[in-house]
Amino acid sequence: MSEIIRLSAAALAQKLQSREVSAVDATQAHLDRIAAVDGSINAFLHVNTQEALLVAAEVDKARADGDTLHPLAGVPIAVKDLIVTKGQPTTAGSKILEGWHSPYDATVIRRLREARMPILGKTNLDEFAMGSSTEHSAYGPTRNPWDLDRIPGGSGGGSAAAVAAFEAPLALGTDTGGSIRQPGAVTGTVGVKPTYGGVSRYGAIAMASSLDQIGPVSRTVLDSALLHEVIGGHDPHDSTSLTDPVGALVEAARRGEVKGLRVGVIKELSGEGYQTGVLNRFAESLDLLRSAGAEIVEVSCPNFKYALGAYYLIMPSEASSNLAKYDGVRFGLRVVPEGAPTIERVMGATRAAGFGDEVKRRIILGTYALSAGYYDAYYGSAQKVRTLIQRDFNAAFTQADVLISPTAPTTAFRLGEKLDDPLAMYLNDVATIPANMAGIPGLSLPNGLADEDNLPVGIQLLAPARQDARLYRVGAVLESLLEDKWGGPLLAQAPEIAGVK
Amino acid sequence: MAEINREDVAHLARLAHIDMSSEELDRMAGELAVIVDSIKSVSEVAGDDVPATSHPIPLSNVYRDDVVGETLSNEEALAGAPDNADGRFRVPAILDGE
Repeated sequence: MSEIIRLSAAALAQKLQSREVSAVDATQAHLDRIAAVDGSINAFLHVNTQEALLVAAEVDKARADGDTLHPLAGVPIAVKDLIVTKGQPTTAGSKILEGWHSPYDATVIRRLREARMPILGKTNLDEFAMGSSTEHSAYGPTRNPWDLDRIPGGSGGGSAAAVAAFEAPLALGTDTGGSIRQPGAVTGTVGVKPTYGGVSRYGAIAMASSLDQIGPVSRTVLDSALLHEVIGGHDPHDSTSLTDPVGALVEAARRGEVKGLRVGVIKELSGEGYQTGVLNRFAESLDLLRSAGAEIVEVSCPNFKYALGAYYLIMPSEASSNLAKYDGVRFGLRVVPEGAPTIERVMGATRAAGFGDEVKRRIILGTYALSAGYYDAYYGSAQKVRTLIQRDFNAAFTQADVLISPTAPTTAFRLGEKLDDPLAMYLNDVATIPANMAGIPGLSLPNGLADEDNLPVGIQLLAPARQDARLYRVGAVLESLLEDKWGGPLLAQAPEIAGVK
Repeated sequence: MAEINREDVAHLARLAHIDMSSEELDRMAGELAVIVDSIKSVSEVAGDDVPATSHPIPLSNVYRDDVVGETLSNEEALAGAPDNADGRFRVPAILDGE
């Protein structure tokens, strides 16, 4: 395996800056890796070879000319196919958008282009980001690089698997209820959901607008901080975008510190339903933090037990409204039934053919929760629960500087295992959903392998809104303590990918 | 609270403009009944004294100056449409029998 693809984004950026490695070579090495392994992984829905190499060549030329470039110029990146890009198709993992090209770039894409980061392609996801396994993609599931018979998490399984399989050093994800953090946990990678509004959502195809957030996917905490600084900050195109500066996230990751820090263990996100290996690794990580001088305290968030239920009212309600735009008129698929059908029949046939089962389920559920007579009982009540969850977080953050929990209750399950049981699938996100409900930032990093199945486990850090830097400060320390223990990154223990050409 | 039944799902599917076969309605009604049953307790948690949160980070109205910003050209706006004519989206008949 080429050494270039094993480098972290930070290390690769340094080699590019010193001209030890050219951007074209770095990009080509990743394209070669995609060609070699993606037949087995299926992380990519589209590979953007020509444009990526062109951007890389421009970076090499600019660097040779002595131009001042962004520190990440020439570092390639993969993009979740929920984020719109000019010059490449965007499908959202759905048949209803097959072959569609956006006429504009998302703000985060514009920022990648300004930093001159070659875009390797678009990654697979559960259709419209609805799922926890990538099995709901209309283009086939992505497979977990640790075990090809297992799920890579979801909805951003493609971005997480691409990074875990060394097909890209960095990727963009989106997180509505855990779609960046849970795939990170089950693939042994790092993923961050920033504070709501911290990264522009302009050009992220909307699922649930009050919950959706774009964020970084990487193999190290520092790499996520580097990418977060590229994509973060105010954007007038997104009215919910925060006007605060993005903050010194890279510096926080470089100068990790936990001495005297109060780390709150959320009592409700542990115990029943959590796999033994997940709980064992969690306890070990707490010991490491304690040994580094952190104070571990227990906090209680009693209303978290209602978070999943409230989420499955708010998210489908907003999704049913957002997905009304797929009507076979302005973009995407149009199915015309026999005879001389009216627009109403065309819409019914188009949406029946274009949407998969999980999307239909959520649209129906949302339409139900918003319908006359049920609105107050369902959507209204769920919004009140949202207030209670925020109050729980507010109280917890008076006792602790950061909160901590396992990212997901289990390691990666087998493909197909939960496909016929939507409710069991929803439980994967039980620990990640509260952060979306409250708009606070969360980071997942790998904290070991479960004893019973030798698969990656993730640990989640949560901070108050606008305090994303804390996640990087603490995450970098825990990562370095863990890597000292392992004698290197966790991904060094991943098996070779079967079926590699 | 009312459970969701097959008739409800058929009605909701019509509202949401998704054609569903008889078999799909049966399956969907069964799955949704289980989901609704598991989330209905949410309606009993918070009292009248708890305000609703619609947006996670408090924001007041966000305005911009009333000037033309970036816009799509007519061609760009129509480029992804299944059908167009005379610079406009072309849609099937709105009313029956015309």
